[in-house]
Amino acid sequence: MRRLYWTLAALLSHWRRHPLQLFSVLAGLWLATSLWAGVQALNSQARDSYARASQLLGGAERYSLVARDGGWFAQQHFIELRRAGWPVSPLLQGRLRLHGQGEQRLQLIGIEPLTLPAGGALAGQPFERLELTAFLGRPGRSWIAAETLAELGLQAGAQPLSASGQRLPPLTVWPQLAPGVLLVDIGVAQRLLDAPGQVSRLLLPAAFARAAPPLPAALAAQLVLQRGDEGADLAQLTDSFHLNLSALGLLAFVVGLFIVHAAIGLALEQRRVLLRNLRTCGVSLRGLLVALVMELGALALLAGVAGLLSGYAVAAWLLPDVAASLRSLYGAEVAGRLSLAPHWWLGGLLVCLLGALLAGAGSLLRAARLPLLALAQPEAWQQAQARWLRRQGWLAALLGGVALFALLFGDSLALGFVLLAALLLGAALALPVGLNLLLEAWLPHCRTPLAQWFVADSRQQLPGLALALMALLLALAANIGVGSMTAGFRQTFSGWLDQRLAAELYLMPVDASQAAAIEAWLAGQPQVRALLPSWRVELQLQGWPAQLTGIRAQAHYREHWPLLSASAQAWQRLQRQQGLMLSEQLARRLDLQLGERLRLPTPSGAWELEVLGIYADYGNPRGHLLVEAAGLQRHWPGLAPRSFSLRLPAAEVPALIQALQEEFALDDSRVIDQAALKAWSGRVFERTFAATAALNSLTLGVAALALLISLLTLGQTRLSQLAPLWALGVGRTRLAWLSLGQTLLLAVLTLLLALPLGLLLAWCLVAVINVQAFGWRLPLQVFPGQLLQLFGLALLATLLAAAWPLWQLGRSTPAALLRSFADER
Amino acid sequence: MRGQHARISLALLAGLLLLAACDAETPAPAAGFAGLGGAAQGFARVEPGRLLGFPADHGAHPDYRIEWWYLTANLQDAQGRPWGVQWTLFRNALQPGSREADWRNQNLWMGHAALTGPDGHRHAETFARGGIGQAGVVAEPLQAWIDDWQLRSRSPANGGLGELELQARGEGFSYRLRLTSERPPVLQGAQGFSQKSGQGQASYYYSQPFFQAEGSLLVDGKRHAVKGQAWLDREWSSQPLAPDQQGWDWFSLHLQSGEKLMLFQVRQADGAHYRAGTWIHADGRAEPLSQADIQMQPVRFSRVAGRRLPTAWTLRIAAKDFAIDTTPLQEQAWMATRFPYWEGPIRFSGSHPGVGYLEMTGY
Amino acid sequence: MLKVQGLCKSYATPQGALPVLRGIDLELATGQSLALMGESGSGKSTLLHLVAGLDRADAGRIEVDGRVLGDLHEGQLAAWRRGGIGLVFQQFNLIASLRVADNLALQARLAGRHDPHWQAELVERLGLAALLGRYPEQLSVGQQQRVALGRALAVRPPLLLADEPTGSLDERSAAEVLTLLLELLAGSSTSLLMVTHSASLAARLQRCLCLQGGRLLETA
Repeated sequence: MRRLYWTLAALLSHWRRHPLQLFSVLAGLWLATSLWAGVQALNSQARDSYARASQLLGGAERYSLVARDGGWFAQQHFIELRRAGWPVSPLLQGRLRLHGQGEQRLQLIGIEPLTLPAGGALAGQPFERLELTAFLGRPGRSWIAAETLAELGLQAGAQPLSASGQRLPPLTVWPQLAPGVLLVDIGVAQRLLDAPGQVSRLLLPAAFARAAPPLPAALAAQLVLQRGDEGADLAQLTDSFHLNLSALGLLAFVVGLFIVHAAIGLALEQRRVLLRNLRTCGVSLRGLLVALVMELGALALLAGVAGLLSGYAVAAWLLPDVAASLRSLYGAEVAGRLSLAPHWWLGGLLVCLLGALLAGAGSLLRAARLPLLALAQPEAWQQAQARWLRRQGWLAALLGGVALFALLFGDSLALGFVLLAALLLGAALALPVGLNLLLEAWLPHCRTPLAQWFVADSRQQLPGLALALMALLLALAANIGVGSMTAGFRQTFSGWLDQRLAAELYLMPVDASQAAAIEAWLAGQPQVRALLPSWRVELQLQGWPAQLTGIRAQAHYREHWPLLSASAQAWQRLQRQQGLMLSEQLARRLDLQLGERLRLPTPSGAWELEVLGIYADYGNPRGHLLVEAAGLQRHWPGLAPRSFSLRLPAAEVPALIQALQEEFALDDSRVIDQAALKAWSGRVFERTFAATAALNSLTLGVAALALLISLLTLGQTRLSQLAPLWALGVGRTRLAWLSLGQTLLLAVLTLLLALPLGLLLAWCLVAVINVQAFGWRLPLQVFPGQLLQLFGLALLATLLAAAWPLWQLGRSTPAALLRSFADER
Repeated sequence: MRGQHARISLALLAGLLLLAACDAETPAPAAGFAGLGGAAQGFARVEPGRLLGFPADHGAHPDYRIEWWYLTANLQDAQGRPWGVQWTLFRNALQPGSREADWRNQNLWMGHAALTGPDGHRHAETFARGGIGQAGVVAEPLQAWIDDWQLRSRSPANGGLGELELQARGEGFSYRLRLTSERPPVLQGAQGFSQKSGQGQASYYYSQPFFQAEGSLLVDGKRHAVKGQAWLDREWSSQPLAPDQQGWDWFSLHLQSGEKLMLFQVRQADGAHYRAGTWIHADGRAEPLSQADIQMQPVRFSRVAGRRLPTAWTLRIAAKDFAIDTTPLQEQAWMATRFPYWEGPIRFSGSHPGVGYLEMTGY
Repeated sequence: MLKVQGLCKSYATPQGALPVLRGIDLELATGQSLALMGESGSGKSTLLHLVAGLDRADAGRIEVDGRVLGDLHEGQLAAWRRGGIGLVFQQFNLIASLRVADNLALQARLAGRHDPHWQAELVERLGLAALLGRYPEQLSVGQQQRVALGRALAVRPPLLLADEPTGSLDERSAAEVLTLLLELLAGSSTSLLMVTHSASLAARLQRCLCLQGGRLLETA
């Protein structure tokens, strides 16, 4: 113990004398942990929310009866089934806006607690603990998660009004309830959602459902047995989203570890004398390694805790955007307040420790091999550098091979990321090789001795700056790639939206009778130029949720429904019920091409249709199919239209909305005009990429920091390299400028190499990652303005990073320069 | 006094609340079994002198807190083997006078069904909200149902009780019986006012003990044709038990002589049990029995569901020269429902042999 | 106290094995001082390193106070270096990031033999009192070597091994440092084995041996 203590004391004394190195190590570890832990916090928060949503009504194996068109249906079916001996329990689900809470919608779930499937605990809490009488009695209860209550800024016991002016039962905290959920009695839900006598599904006990008798004939045409729960669905649908986040977090982690690796390596070099002294004073090799590992562990713990704290802050900062995009993209509710399990903290620390060990492994290995006797003769730098470049080159080539393999044979998102990782790492490793070649080619063209020194010395600086330049390359390429993809997506998406959202007004009737009434009423409205009803059926195709839409009036769609690819006469043949069209992502998932045939399961047996067209359906995680309405109605008899698209002069829209709402008590989630819909889609889009953009800028920041740290640490050794020039009569100011020039030269060369890499990355993102993750492919677009802006930013970062060490150099006293001669050995 | 067990049911329902409610309120003397001794604020009180009228009183009484339709049958199959059937529908109101025909209705319903046979005892339980049609009772023609279980009048004869159809279903069993009767219902206690304690707790209580039953049972896929006798109890109240009453033992007996006998004791914390009963002559005349007339003595205890229960009894009514020893058909006739109790067919020998049902709660 | 028998050591070079020591026999009594001379590359330092347990011999035996170094494993050798010897090199003796006081105490602390009184005496006799709070880079080379001597002697080692301790010093400073060293050793039982180029310095020790062609020759 005593020996370990004094060994550690001697080792640690180094950092006191070199606080900058200490800062580099800590900052690198801190950044790596921070971003990684932040992303993990977001992911685990979301997954916890999905799990809670899934547990809410009985967990993974949930069975229910739902309407074939996915809409609400009459509660009378519940009574009919109960009286036929089916142990069903009704559930009504909808979105509810609270008065004074802006646009935020809560998920309202109405349950009937007496009939909930046995063993189906509520949100993981046993049934008996429900305060049943209070829930069923008057005024009842609105169960809500504590964090949701806090987010709303309300107190337990409050009775807020819904947006339509209905009073809620007193809010009461139910601990494990999923976030964003209001759980009320079904009767209350029907009142709040203005859906008297309506239910959205009937829950069934799993044991019964697995051997359920056939549905009574009268119901079989309308209801269908569905297995699975929303939580599991959400987990599946949002998988790609979280994988993307993880990839960004991992990128930051790797960049951070680069910094750590460099700083620890430098520290080891500077501590060779110290280590040897310790050994000769009787510290065994094992004792020394133990002390070094402990030192690394202590640094990692320190930085890890700091990283976790700031990671928490990053996550808390990004959470609203992430939650909002998950909600609008997938309908997934994620608690807006971070609450993280202890395993997140422990896991984060562990990752930080492992990362530190990984980054320090090389140095530890070198320390273990450090000769005890006289200092090993420093190898001639050219030789060492050549060997280093060769190794980098080989590794880069190997990674290039991996990337090629992943590109040619990749068919999954994971392989897509392998492609990205191999491409980025390979390029980063190849960077010093490329720079060296460039400088070597340039050297013969230098005429003045100073120019020669300028280029030759730049070459010699490569190893020291390589890591920082690699970090810069990675960050820049990532920024170019992600930026191009986002901007390209924005352009494609808004163009597509403009074309697709051609109707001025969209209506969603509550039920069949209302649909009929609305249709009849609208027929008497002269300003309505066209009334386009659509029918809807929810399907599972190879286990993937999909929506089948039946349409009429193909002429309108031919104009406003852009197709990515189509057979000849596609719309005419669709009208003749000779085929179907489907979304790009569904076509990929089912591996269908134009002209191939798809079998749809219907109550009256399979329905086989030819694929006539494929269209983009950006932002929809579920599959989508289009058929002629008459065919749909033949296979699913008794369906009512689920929505109407209305064409009318834009000026008439507000009046019509008002008239509709007065006539039919439609709330504003059922009547949407084009402008509102576009605005909403735009917001979804912005939020989806807000988190990505933020993480991306953070990565660039990390790279700038890496550059700064590298330059600062180099600054000290630079002194001895510049001293001879000073002695030969080059002024200090001039030396400083020359040095700055060198740094900028290397940075600019790196920027230039980052451009093609970034575009390659962008291509990978739109043509590989997007396709695998979301199922849609985007055209690759280049935005020169954006690139210029990014370049300016990167140059500025480089300048700032180079400025301080050079300012120090410019200020260094002749004495300091002189001493660098004395210290030279 | 099935009523008592009814309390159970209520208990079920009400008990849940109970658990929560009791915390807040004064730690009263346990408020009777399953809260049935609790206060009945706003609910109608049971007073002597109310005249019962049929068929109207076959239906529900939402002004009162609790109510039940309770049917037991002692049956025999073609091989002469004995079977027992229980069918119960409980109503428990959270608020008095709730009659809404939608989810706002404050009545909760619960059904219990049991089938006891030579090879054991099976039971089932189900719940429903009032007002939406999943469960309810219509007085004329009588129809009481919950899910696909029902008790339904098939003829207007005998005030609607002339011919009934009974059916229920649970895991591994179902039954369907036809019940017929010719005599009018028997009013228990004082013209249907049945006292349950010395402190005034009471219920309205009438029975139809004279049903002839026949029908079929389906047990694990095997059908059995059966015949026998059945007994219907109807009872409603708002606070049937005193707070210190812990549970009860209740008998409904079909004597071979054609007479019927109902006996119960409500066990009190102080050991002074409250006993009452009705001797029903073969012609339907009811003769109330008082505490002093009745002797009830457990003679054998059995281990049931981890509890010690008196499954065999000696019953005496000196004034009637009545002395019998009872034996259960299945000692383990345990109703493992939310609020569990023992209920099963028995036979007895002695001065007046016969068959009947025993219910024991609060053990 | 030190007994070396038949010690051989050669180094691998691209041209084949290069023998440096070809059977060295040497004895050093308790409290005795011995100078080791020889031309550059004659193996003086190698011999010293072998005795210090910094390197392993190819053949032969080194016995110190009854312990055979060849039989010790790494950990035991480290312990031997901590407590059994003091080592002084020509340069790089000190840890740049530790102050003089901590450099002085380092080995004694590692060996668990830190004795403040003894250290105070060493500081005084080495004339380092005013320098304790400084870092090595703030000392002259002569001062640095005095700190190195102090560190080696702070454990009161039975054997002091010095590899050209005055090699970086001018003649006067070298003589001063050696004088100091001999004074410090005068009253103790510590034996001294010192490698040096300088005949004048060597002459001040009790015995002097010369390494030539991998063998030892006793000089006058």
